[in-house]
Amino acid sequence: MQLRLNSFTKTFDNLTVIDELNLTVESGEMMALLGPSGCGKSTTLFTICGIHRMNGGTLHFGDRDVSNLPSQKRNVGVVFQNYALYPHMNIRENIAFPLRVQKLDNATITRKVGEIAELVHIPELLDRRPAQLSGGQQQRVALARALVRQPDVLLLDEPLANLDAKLRLEMRSEIRRIQLETGITAILVTHDQVEAMSMCDRIALMKDGKIIQLSEPDQMYNDPVDTFVAGFLGNPPISFLDATVADGQFRVGDSGIAISDALQPKVHGQVQLGIRPEYFGPQFGIGLTGKISFVETQGREDLYNVTLPNGSILRSIQPAGRRLKLGETVNWGIASDHALAFTPEGTRI
Amino acid sequence: MTSNFRSLPVIALLTILSLPLVVMYAFTLVDSITDAEPGSLIPSEFTFHHWRFLWDDTTGRGSVWIATINTFIFAGSTAAIVCATSLTSAYALSRLNFPARRFFLAGVIILHAFPTITLIIAIFLILQFLGLFDTLIGVIMVKAALELPFGIWVMKGFYDTVPWEIEMAGVQDGASRFMVWRKLVLPQVQPGLSALLIFSFLSGWSEFILPLVLAPGSDAQVLSTYLAYFLLDDSLEVDFNLFKSVGLFYALPVILIYLAFQKKLMNIYGGGSKG
Ligand SMILES: Nc1ncnc2c1ncn2[C@@H]1O[C@H](COP(=O)(O)OP(=O)(O)OP(=O)(O)O)[C@@H](O)[C@H]1O
Ligand SMILES: [Mg+2]
Repeated sequence: MQLRLNSFTKTFDNLTVIDELNLTVESGEMMALLGPSGCGKSTTLFTICGIHRMNGGTLHFGDRDVSNLPSQKRNVGVVFQNYALYPHMNIRENIAFPLRVQKLDNATITRKVGEIAELVHIPELLDRRPAQLSGGQQQRVALARALVRQPDVLLLDEPLANLDAKLRLEMRSEIRRIQLETGITAILVTHDQVEAMSMCDRIALMKDGKIIQLSEPDQMYNDPVDTFVAGFLGNPPISFLDATVADGQFRVGDSGIAISDALQPKVHGQVQLGIRPEYFGPQFGIGLTGKISFVETQGREDLYNVTLPNGSILRSIQPAGRRLKLGETVNWGIASDHALAFTPEGTRI
Repeated sequence: MTSNFRSLPVIALLTILSLPLVVMYAFTLVDSITDAEPGSLIPSEFTFHHWRFLWDDTTGRGSVWIATINTFIFAGSTAAIVCATSLTSAYALSRLNFPARRFFLAGVIILHAFPTITLIIAIFLILQFLGLFDTLIGVIMVKAALELPFGIWVMKGFYDTVPWEIEMAGVQDGASRFMVWRKLVLPQVQPGLSALLIFSFLSGWSEFILPLVLAPGSDAQVLSTYLAYFLLDDSLEVDFNLFKSVGLFYALPVILIYLAFQKKLMNIYGGGSKG
């Protein structure tokens, strides 16, 4: 079911946390709300499920205006960061709780709980208590409980934050599989860009209560609207260089970087260049001279920081095995087609 | 084995320190069923004479059984009122955002720390004005009111340990606020509730000052005032062994309750439910 937030405004006391936010999540789509801590992701999520009241704007599920409905009447499934399982009930009762509230008969409840347990792969855990489950299993139970009464929308608030690295990887694909299998409209709140990019159809990147950019993951990565978006996505992160446009080149100190044909007519004067680590290295010829100031071995790849004579730092990611030493001087090139240009204020050119 | 050896000095020390108490309790028990020559500690004959208060009216203040029933009513109603009120008001203080919430919280703490005895004259006047002086209902109401701050504070502590998300999850699952409280929150504060129930019952059972001042007559007397009467009334011939027997009779339920519920009582100091 489609979800539509229209000029949604939220204030706490006198502090405006969200100002006139518009967001449409299409039916069956999984949308990521991504952004730094305190930008208003949880506030938006809790407004959608009815825990917070809106101070302005409207919320529609499909054609239904739910702006003023209490949580109980919204039919939204929520998975909380700490799962919020009911500790005194076993898993079966936990999942059945939303159905018991609806006063369904026992046969139906047993059937539905069984089905949903199959879906999230926990049929053998039904008789245990939440305290006897691992984090990943609790997560599955929380998902099952949120999905069992077939909500219009599924909301996930940092669902993977409490899991260790390996489980996080597993649950990432599990949540996506379950979302695709049920075809439910979902919103995932996270401050982890990898999570957002790998799990969701589209990403809404937020900052200070506003959506800065809303697009598909690869587009957001390759085509960011400003330095904030460019810097938020990508690990290791993009590096920025101050450059001047002269003689048909980006001049950085004594060196020059070619300007791509697409950028040539648009840039002049001072610019900020954004260069992702995978587009800087010896495979792109020569161009910028600098000293290696940091080496990080990641197994398959090595990460180098190169400090230029003017003090700016470029990151480069290289296949492992080059064994360059700290302090070595290198002269590496840049894939100029992939260099991103921004105004000094940070807007994309 | 090693850990036992290491705790041996501690056990020895505790034994020595508590020995005087144990000896006194032992003598209370022995004295209540024996007689001794004047000036001697060693009992010389076995007798049930000191327990005669169970079937005779030895004091002229009525039967001990009436006092016992009164004490049960007094302690039981106090506990019931304290629990019912604490259960609901602590929830409001812990979860709901209502006007003057901070004021109520501060008030509860101050009242908790307030010495009862300073209020006794005011309470006396109020009860007399209401016509509740020298009635069980009057003392029950006063006792419950004075116990409430403690009860509210303890229950608030238990509510505070229930994660907020659990309630929100319940609401999202479609349950009303009352159902969430009843089905999801209450089971988690239940250990605190049992502890408070026992605790306030015992507190009512051992209360002495309030019944003494506010219900001095023999109709509404409880065991503590019944017992004190043996000491306070000069006209009675002093029989210390009788006094000890009544004391034992009075303490018996307390000992039984402690034995039966010591685990639950520990909860009140631990705060919160686990698992
Ligand atoms: N109940 C509240 N009262 C007052 N201010 C609040 C309240 N809840 C949130 N805020 C403020 O609103 C802003 C957004 O908070 P929110 O919890 O939505 O951030 P978030 O994006 O979810 O951050 P995080 O990633 O840390 O969870 C913050 O500045 C926060 O201080
Ligand atoms: Mg948050």
